[in-house]
Amino acid sequence: MKPSREVGIVGWGVYVPQWRITSEELARGWGREWKRYAAGIMVEEKSLPGLDEDTFTIAYEASVNALKRARIDPAKIRAVYVGTESKPYAVKTTASILVEALGAGGDARMTTGADYEFACKAGTEAIQTSIGLIGSGMIDYALVVGADTAQGAPGDALEYTASAGGAAFVLGPSSESVAVIKASLSHVTDTPDFWRRQHERYPAHTRSFTGEPAYFKHIMAAAKALMEEVGTTPDDYDYAIFHQPNGKFPLRVGQRLGFTPDKIKPGLITPYIGNTYSGSALVGLSAVLDQAEPGSKILMVSFGSGAGSDAFHIEVTDKVVEVRDLAPKVMDYVNRKRYVDYSTYARYRRMIKMLHDFSSY
Amino acid sequence: MWAYWLSVPEHWREIPARYRLEGGQCEDCGFKMIPKRDVCPRCGSKNVKTVKLPRRGRVLEYTKVWNPPRGYEYYTPYVIALVELEDGTRLTAQLTDVDPDEVEEGMEVEMVLRKVRVSGESGLIAYAYKFRPLLK
Ligand SMILES: [Zn+2]
Repeated sequence: MKPSREVGIVGWGVYVPQWRITSEELARGWGREWKRYAAGIMVEEKSLPGLDEDTFTIAYEASVNALKRARIDPAKIRAVYVGTESKPYAVKTTASILVEALGAGGDARMTTGADYEFACKAGTEAIQTSIGLIGSGMIDYALVVGADTAQGAPGDALEYTASAGGAAFVLGPSSESVAVIKASLSHVTDTPDFWRRQHERYPAHTRSFTGEPAYFKHIMAAAKALMEEVGTTPDDYDYAIFHQPNGKFPLRVGQRLGFTPDKIKPGLITPYIGNTYSGSALVGLSAVLDQAEPGSKILMVSFGSGAGSDAFHIEVTDKVVEVRDLAPKVMDYVNRKRYVDYSTYARYRRMIKMLHDFSSY
Repeated sequence: MWAYWLSVPEHWREIPARYRLEGGQCEDCGFKMIPKRDVCPRCGSKNVKTVKLPRRGRVLEYTKVWNPPRGYEYYTPYVIALVELEDGTRLTAQLTDVDPDEVEEGMEVEMVLRKVRVSGESGLIAYAYKFRPLLK
């Protein structure tokens, strides 16, 4: 799928909270042997939100960074979309708060805004919608965020990976872009691998549907269909970014598609901060933009449980070099860290409550 | 009623200051303030215009809070600081992403937007500026 007017990334930015807990400490909290899990997920530690952080505050700082690189007046943004599965409000869009905080749409706030949901691929969905709006000429600039404070139930396998962070992109005409999105397509089926019901704090997941019928099937189908449509093979790409639920799956799916690990590792951030869900592939893309040479070709394929994948063919332009240092890079946030133990983690994630907790945080 | 511990209209009115650090500047004596007031507290002039304040500053004074007002219990201990922004405007704000023992006078800080108060499980989430040690 290609728009009639070419669309690209004008600016990118990320945010990752400074708090970390090691997988070993998470295992200790439940009296488990960490080594039994270690090889399986390849995630050494994960980020968690501070007491005063949530998906909105993550989206805000990532957006401020994206705007620093985009060097445009926020008033010119006419669409603000936040992809997340951890909305601060069940009903009231995160986008509405972001529009106001950034001044999108000018003083009259003439902009559209919405939150997107599709498990971990909500952010890439929002990119596709924005491509439609910009590509058709309805608007010139959109701000898209993928961010989460992901929930892993206490003692559950997901507790080792569900983390916090996000990435934001200012999208606009390709002539102003640091990277042009040449084509994108999606693949969606009803696959019950993971879900969270209304009012439930933690998601449920099925062993039989995770992995092969969900992650691998959807990513591979979308990647192959996109490469066929664009007329490329894995050898044509310098970087490949796949959704990163753990450190192992992206390398394995890449290998099966024909991508060598050296093309995947520059955008593989989950081993250091965990799975930021809607932020996962997009933080990976940001890490690649932090270092890619002009002319580089990137394949990005997200995955959202439920399930579906969005695939993108992206080409980096000369402009990437001049804006790269205008905001903190992915590794700046990855390396800014403070460790907590399991009891502090339980408090920060509000798994335990104070007797006189009037704030009910 | 606990959903309304936090005054919703009051929070809404202060959004320009709380989200975007918009304050006021007296057109007669030049004094800057946040939040913006109708009358200049220094010279009494009513010619006060809206200005966006700089996001960076430094800590002038600070105090550790161990016995917080209702609604802030979960954060304890936290730091409230008198911050002087780059243009000289002074404001009080909570510091975040910092160990209270590491705070010192003169520390360079920058504005972030964080949750300041949440009204129960069903009330409003009030976001507002806080300051954290300068990144890098
Ligand atoms: Zn005055």
